[in-house]
Amino acid sequence: MAIADEAGNAPAAQAGTEARRPVRILKNLQSKMALIPMMFTALVVFLGGTIWTVVYSFTDSGLLPRLEWAGLEQYDRLWGTRKWLVSIENLAIYGVCSVVGTLVIGFVLAALLDRKIRGENAFRTIFLYPFALSFIVTGLIWQWLLNPELGFQQVVRGMGWESFTFDPLNNPDLVMFGLLIAGLWQGTGLIMCIMLAGLRGIDEDIWKAARVDGIGTVKTYIRVIIPMMRPVFVTSLVLIASGIVKLYDLVVAMTSGGPGIASEVPAKYVMQAMFGGQNLGQGFAASTMMLVMVVIILVPWAYLEFGGRKRG
Amino acid sequence: MANVGTLASTMAAEEPVRDRLDGPSGPRPKKVFSRTNIIVYGTLFVVAVYYALPLYVMLVTSLKGMPEIRVGNIFAPPIEATFQPWIKAWSEACTGINCDGLSRGFWNSVTILIPSVIISIAVASVNGYALSMWKFKGSEVFFTILMIGAFIPYQVMLYPIVILLREAGLYGSLTGLVLVHVAFGMPINTLLFRNYFAAIPEELFKAARVDGAGFWGIFVRIIMPMSLPIFVVALIIQVTGIWNDFLFGVVYVRPENYPMTVQLNNIVNSVQGVKEYNVNMAATLLTGLVPLVVYFFSGKLFVRGIAAGAVKG
Repeated sequence: MAIADEAGNAPAAQAGTEARRPVRILKNLQSKMALIPMMFTALVVFLGGTIWTVVYSFTDSGLLPRLEWAGLEQYDRLWGTRKWLVSIENLAIYGVCSVVGTLVIGFVLAALLDRKIRGENAFRTIFLYPFALSFIVTGLIWQWLLNPELGFQQVVRGMGWESFTFDPLNNPDLVMFGLLIAGLWQGTGLIMCIMLAGLRGIDEDIWKAARVDGIGTVKTYIRVIIPMMRPVFVTSLVLIASGIVKLYDLVVAMTSGGPGIASEVPAKYVMQAMFGGQNLGQGFAASTMMLVMVVIILVPWAYLEFGGRKRG
Repeated sequence: MANVGTLASTMAAEEPVRDRLDGPSGPRPKKVFSRTNIIVYGTLFVVAVYYALPLYVMLVTSLKGMPEIRVGNIFAPPIEATFQPWIKAWSEACTGINCDGLSRGFWNSVTILIPSVIISIAVASVNGYALSMWKFKGSEVFFTILMIGAFIPYQVMLYPIVILLREAGLYGSLTGLVLVHVAFGMPINTLLFRNYFAAIPEELFKAARVDGAGFWGIFVRIIMPMSLPIFVVALIIQVTGIWNDFLFGVVYVRPENYPMTVQLNNIVNSVQGVKEYNVNMAATLLTGLVPLVVYFFSGKLFVRGIAAGAVKG
């Protein structure tokens, strides 16, 4: 029976595949052709470009790229350059403060907006609008607000407190915090929105249970809600961190790296080496180090995110 | 009859008692000035003022004359409002190379924006469509590379792209910059479209195939008309993103083609001459105007766009 059935069905099945096969190839062909721009971008621009830069970071390219092997010379020079070390230190300070500040402010604002308040839309619109502005615009705005002859310092002095001093952008010790003020103003709205979406996803019954148990609101947030929102925090963290590594426009607009080299950042070092100093090898080595930083941030996240999903 | 009478009398008798026991009926009115409310609204209000203040200061200062700025308080409204700074910022401000104001940068940005947005949305939507409905062996690999590419710092890919564009004879031209924007806008928008199309019921797709519609037929006649919202979200992301770009504008085009952000920075941070704060602030506001208009008019869709961009994968 089975054999007969198989035999009887075989020609029909064969005919079916035969009739379908050319069509399937054609379908795939169309889909493949439609994806050519994407394949080109993924393979040539992203993958190829990255490999190219990493390879050329081991050469002694100067004005023009050339394949003269130089080993780790560029990296030796990079880590021996004070400007680069200052850049890394600045990025670390800015990065830690920015991550903590954005997460805390973003979460608190989201929690406040989630208290079933009136005018939620108006508040959200105000908190989020800086995110629509470019870093150049943000940087220039805050450059003026922090300007000692024009901004806050002048206003407070005008109110009678003559000795008041608040001039972070001209103080090498404080300049990164000046940038931070602007960065937080621009970026917290986004994280607030993501956190708010996360809070809205939490079951209302949790709140009822907490109330029945007599746990206070703040305590409920810290003990129950925040642990539940771990994925949202991780997403926010990745988002903030990958933005921090790119920090460039804001510095250009606000301080141009000054005073002196007090607010230099890696991205600016790369730009300077590649397009200003005609020192391509240094630029490639520095940008490769930026890539390494991103990998250090992303690999644990990818492991948690995708490794965890497989287990689940 | 008697019953009704007793009932009525008991009710009448009970009424004051119940009043005393329960107080007014209906849900308990919330105290408007409870301690929590004062803290919540107070904090939100203070923070809102802090966030709104910079925009207010810029607007107010851009409407003042220079003498007023020198003596006055930046938070004070203008005594004599003047639009002169705005006119000057638009048509006369100097960048060090030329003195025809921001208008040149504005039109450059528009020339960059329109083709970049159209091409990148066209490409990304087709990508998303092919990746969600016409998968083939290896298509996910390309998609993964594209997604990882979204996290690579731009600086890593800047120079190889310079070489690619130079080889193609496009380095320095607006066309080259458009292609760069299309490439770098691809990951986020492809993701956006792919996830949206993946939620479309498969039966619809199968029915269309049975009816003989092909790759492009299904896309143009069925998928596109039912996906208008996601096209609008992509439009918002791309318009604000491309308008706000600075890095690619600096690197890939000649000075006469600089987009508005680059030109703004050159005008404001040029060292020569007296700093005209009112003109500079008007110029800054002009540059921020396009994304702000998009933001205030798109409302919820903007939020949806950034949420889609944020929750990757």
